[in-house]
Amino acid sequence: MSELSDLYQEVILDHNRSPRNFKKLEGADRKAEGYNPLCGDQITVYVKLESGVISEVSFQGSGCAISKASASMMTASLKGKTVEEADAIFDRVHKMLTGGSSPAVDAEELGKLAALSGVSNFPARVKCATLSWHTLRSALKGERGVASTE
Amino acid sequence: MKALHDIKPAAANAPPLDVERIRRDFPILRQRVHGKPLVYLDNAATAQKPQAVIDAIQRYYSKENSNIHRGVHTLSEKATEAYEGARVKVKEFLGASSTRETVFVRGSTEGINLVAQSYGRAFLKEGDEIVISAMEHHSNIVPWQMLCGQVGARLRVVPINHDGEMLIDEYARLLGPRTRFVSVAHVSNALGTVNPVKQIVEMAHAHKAPVLVDGAQAAPHVKVDVQELGCDFYVFSGHKLYGPTGIGVLYGRERLLEAMPPYQGGGDMISLVTFEKTHYNNLPYKFEAGTPHIAGGIGLGAAIDYINGVGIDSVAAHEQELLAYATRSLSAIDRLRIIGTAREKASVLSFVLDGVHAHDIGTILDREGVAIRAGHHCAMPVMQRFGVPATARASFACYNNREEVDTLARAIGKVSEVFK
Ligand SMILES: Cc1ncc(COP(=O)(O)O)c(C=O)c1O
Repeated sequence: MSELSDLYQEVILDHNRSPRNFKKLEGADRKAEGYNPLCGDQITVYVKLESGVISEVSFQGSGCAISKASASMMTASLKGKTVEEADAIFDRVHKMLTGGSSPAVDAEELGKLAALSGVSNFPARVKCATLSWHTLRSALKGERGVASTE
Repeated sequence: MKALHDIKPAAANAPPLDVERIRRDFPILRQRVHGKPLVYLDNAATAQKPQAVIDAIQRYYSKENSNIHRGVHTLSEKATEAYEGARVKVKEFLGASSTRETVFVRGSTEGINLVAQSYGRAFLKEGDEIVISAMEHHSNIVPWQMLCGQVGARLRVVPINHDGEMLIDEYARLLGPRTRFVSVAHVSNALGTVNPVKQIVEMAHAHKAPVLVDGAQAAPHVKVDVQELGCDFYVFSGHKLYGPTGIGVLYGRERLLEAMPPYQGGGDMISLVTFEKTHYNNLPYKFEAGTPHIAGGIGLGAAIDYINGVGIDSVAAHEQELLAYATRSLSAIDRLRIIGTAREKASVLSFVLDGVHAHDIGTILDREGVAIRAGHHCAMPVMQRFGVPATARASFACYNNREEVDTLARAIGKVSEVFK
């Protein structure tokens, strides 16, 4: 039961129940859609940029607790970050999700986002957690089309 | 809730299954997953294989392996005999009138694509209409969409009601002089609905439209007789019928298969080749280009022997009883809603839990050793119809028992604990 309780920590369940920044962002200057063909999870990420800084970020869509919580925590953690900083955080989160880092270091370097570390014990769920991040990345790059976890 | 399933008369008279004995035939069931006994309820995705099937494949590769239809040597004769012997079993299993009507393919998907590309491109043209239902698997949607794009035909979709039953009146309205083909599932993989195929076929035939029946989810659970159903094509997959992956069957009426052009060109499908002209081989070989999945065909033959030994009517009665038990037991769970409550159902129990995504259900159940499917089941239009992003689906086979249903219900209780 412990791996499960690591996965579904109270923080994750809370973000799932009441996701932050779960709305359409009026006047967003970047927007991208993400899609996980395996399970049908869908997400739209909206970003407002002010001279290279993420001033606002929000999301909408449907998905499991992991994908929703990950998206919600992502929006909460990236406000005020530069595009480069956001990129670096994604790489760092990705490393944690795929089991490439230690919990102590995760907690120190990622703060609240470290609550997602339990996902690394569930390889089938990694894509749920990365969907919003991939989508954000394609929004920041101004890519057209749909981001995919595949 | 009107999902208390009537056991059909034929099945009701079938001798009861000795499930514990059957379980011993399936070596994979003996293992533990995350320290718990495996409870395999993902049979609609693929069924487990009895030892007899595993042995047949092993015997073929260790004693008979050889290419078929071409050697004069002993092994080639043995391999050909085993492979063609399997075809006879398939023919009898489906009630086809001859082995010329039973084409080996990779699975249901390839069977449908074969008919769409061979029959469809030869006989459908701009303005023609193809009718499917709203509960089809993607493999019975996309090949027809591709064909529509190629020949300018139009896809018409018969809607379903809130129980997941096809609306026959709507179907009648869609049929007309433009209808040139009908393709429907015998049993829905996402909802479990058993469609009234015989009636669907009769109605299509009144408009001279041939009918393909997608039997991927039916062949393992109900007695199939293509003559009785009256359909023109029938497809199923070996791997859902306790056989190997990579092998399946397309049944087609001889008259239609004769009129159809080959699907792929190559060896085995010809009788004479010169650079000027090629004469195609007889049925069913015209549609079997290249070296086929010989071991797969033999494994499928062994699977059919296994089912015949157990008795498909007994399997059907057992699964109906289990489905009714599971339906009662899951209906009692707070916040749980069953998706797919047709009067006639087979083997499949799809459900959603209020406030919990199917994926999270799947992960938590897996930790209890319970394997189910979570997702859209390759039937995204069905999910849209019911306004859910995904469902959790338990699906039963001959080796499942009531204790496993109890384990499932307890495991769902764990989900509710995590997601209070
Ligand atoms: C109703 C239905 N049709 C077709 C298929 C496709 O079968 P296969 O993937 O074996 O070709 C499936 C498999 O899930 C199915 O459930």
